[in-house]
Amino acid sequence: MARVVVSVPPSAKKGEVIEIRTLASHPMETGFRHTTTGELIPRDIITTLVCTYNGAEIFRAALHPAVSANPLVTFNTVATESGTLEFKWTGDNGYSVTASAPISVV
Amino acid sequence: MDRRQRLQRHRQRADQRRLRFLALSLLLAAGTALPQDSRKSGYEFMSRETQAMQNDDVTGPAVLYLLDGEALWKRRAGASDRSCADCHAAGLKGAAARYPTLHHGKLVNLEQRINACRTGQQKAAALPYESKELLALTAYVGRQSRGLPIQVETTGEHASYFEAGKRTFFRRQGQLNLACAQCHDDNAGRKLAGSTIPEAHPTGYPIYRLEWQGMGSLHRRFRNCLTGVRAENYALGSPEFVELELYLMWRARGMRIETPAVRP
Amino acid sequence: MTTRRQFLVIAAGALAAPARAQLPPNVAQLRKAAFDQAIRDVVGAAPVRSGKVKLDMPPLVDNGNAVPVTITVESPMTATDHVRAIHLFTEKNPQPRVIGATLGPRAGRAILTTRARIADTGQVIAIAQMSDGSFYSDRVEVVVTLSACLEEGLI
Repeated sequence: MARVVVSVPPSAKKGEVIEIRTLASHPMETGFRHTTTGELIPRDIITTLVCTYNGAEIFRAALHPAVSANPLVTFNTVATESGTLEFKWTGDNGYSVTASAPISVV
Repeated sequence: MDRRQRLQRHRQRADQRRLRFLALSLLLAAGTALPQDSRKSGYEFMSRETQAMQNDDVTGPAVLYLLDGEALWKRRAGASDRSCADCHAAGLKGAAARYPTLHHGKLVNLEQRINACRTGQQKAAALPYESKELLALTAYVGRQSRGLPIQVETTGEHASYFEAGKRTFFRRQGQLNLACAQCHDDNAGRKLAGSTIPEAHPTGYPIYRLEWQGMGSLHRRFRNCLTGVRAENYALGSPEFVELELYLMWRARGMRIETPAVRP
Repeated sequence: MTTRRQFLVIAAGALAAPARAQLPPNVAQLRKAAFDQAIRDVVGAAPVRSGKVKLDMPPLVDNGNAVPVTITVESPMTATDHVRAIHLFTEKNPQPRVIGATLGPRAGRAILTTRARIADTGQVIAIAQMSDGSFYSDRVEVVVTLSACLEEGLI
């Protein structure tokens, strides 16, 4: 099943600021909800998203329960060189998903 | 513009909608279907930001389900070892706009027709109603009809089902003794518990409902409404719901499919 | 046979058990205190100035479960003058932090978009930490309405 979606422009001019959009499939259970019989539903969220560009970290986000289910995180970066953007989501209960996207910089 | 002015503008727009609706109601006889030209999809009752979520084809909240649906469409299943794509290589454009309809003498909706294919043609297990898999696959099939006008059969053998659905729409139900028509025909555009009452046209199902924080079917939404009026609920996929779905699709005839829609 | 005293002890114990699902009576004060503390954890004793930061959110929210938020910060984003981090907080949520992003000159533009859960009508604040250690913020008052026609078990 689709775990994540990353949207990176396939090519860009050197020095251009590009938009990177990410979407992850995750309920982001807050840990504040209760069942109808009063039992607390334990927290289960994505806690971190890290993006590297040819190995160098360009973005890091700490997510908390207030981020909606199926979290969207969009940010910008400067297209410096051709290569690969790597994404890693980590969270509660050993959640760990990676994705990558190539970019060609002219 | 400060907050008060923004909310004032929002209220003025709502008031204008009400006035327009009042003017329209005065021109209409009671109990007739909504006039075709002034019908509004639930999309138009949402904020600009929520509309943007529906328009986002890359990272909108329904996108993950569409991707899952595409994977299921391509996956071989059952004793037949065939995928949907194997038989439906040309796609199913137009299919979602025609459901519910009769299949082997029984009125079925799109979800049920998909399952009929899974069991009958693919010789695979049916996907449980409201399961992530069935929602994803139904959304994927529905997406192929996006932009097409709704067009369902209501005459001939379909007539008795259509009439049953229509009766349900106008029948008072539950402890609050409300009929669908009272909110969705008579009071569409006005507020209920802080939300705007839409006209209830099922143009975008299955939808990503922000309230559910996930995707869900029209029947799940029906169940929410019946809970709202404190009525005895029907089961997902029940004949009562499929008949009501047929009536609503007829009521929305000519309106464009939006699947998968985003709704509050 | 249980005595009246034994019965009262058992009954008191049974009544105490479901209390875990209830909110404390001063919940608004507790959340406001947590909100203030969360901001203090990020900025310390430094002053937080308004300006440079733009918090873009709908003022009237269709559904508090998914509210689109975009935070933009004016900055040349050079090695010597850039945004180091962007933080988002809500006043009325059970827990005030929403998201905290680490940026840097490689970002090119200091902008962050996400979808947040806003529990109730109240303030949302975005704080940007600059490379020179200063803090800027923007706040928005958001009105959150309740959906009609919910599932069984929620009403």
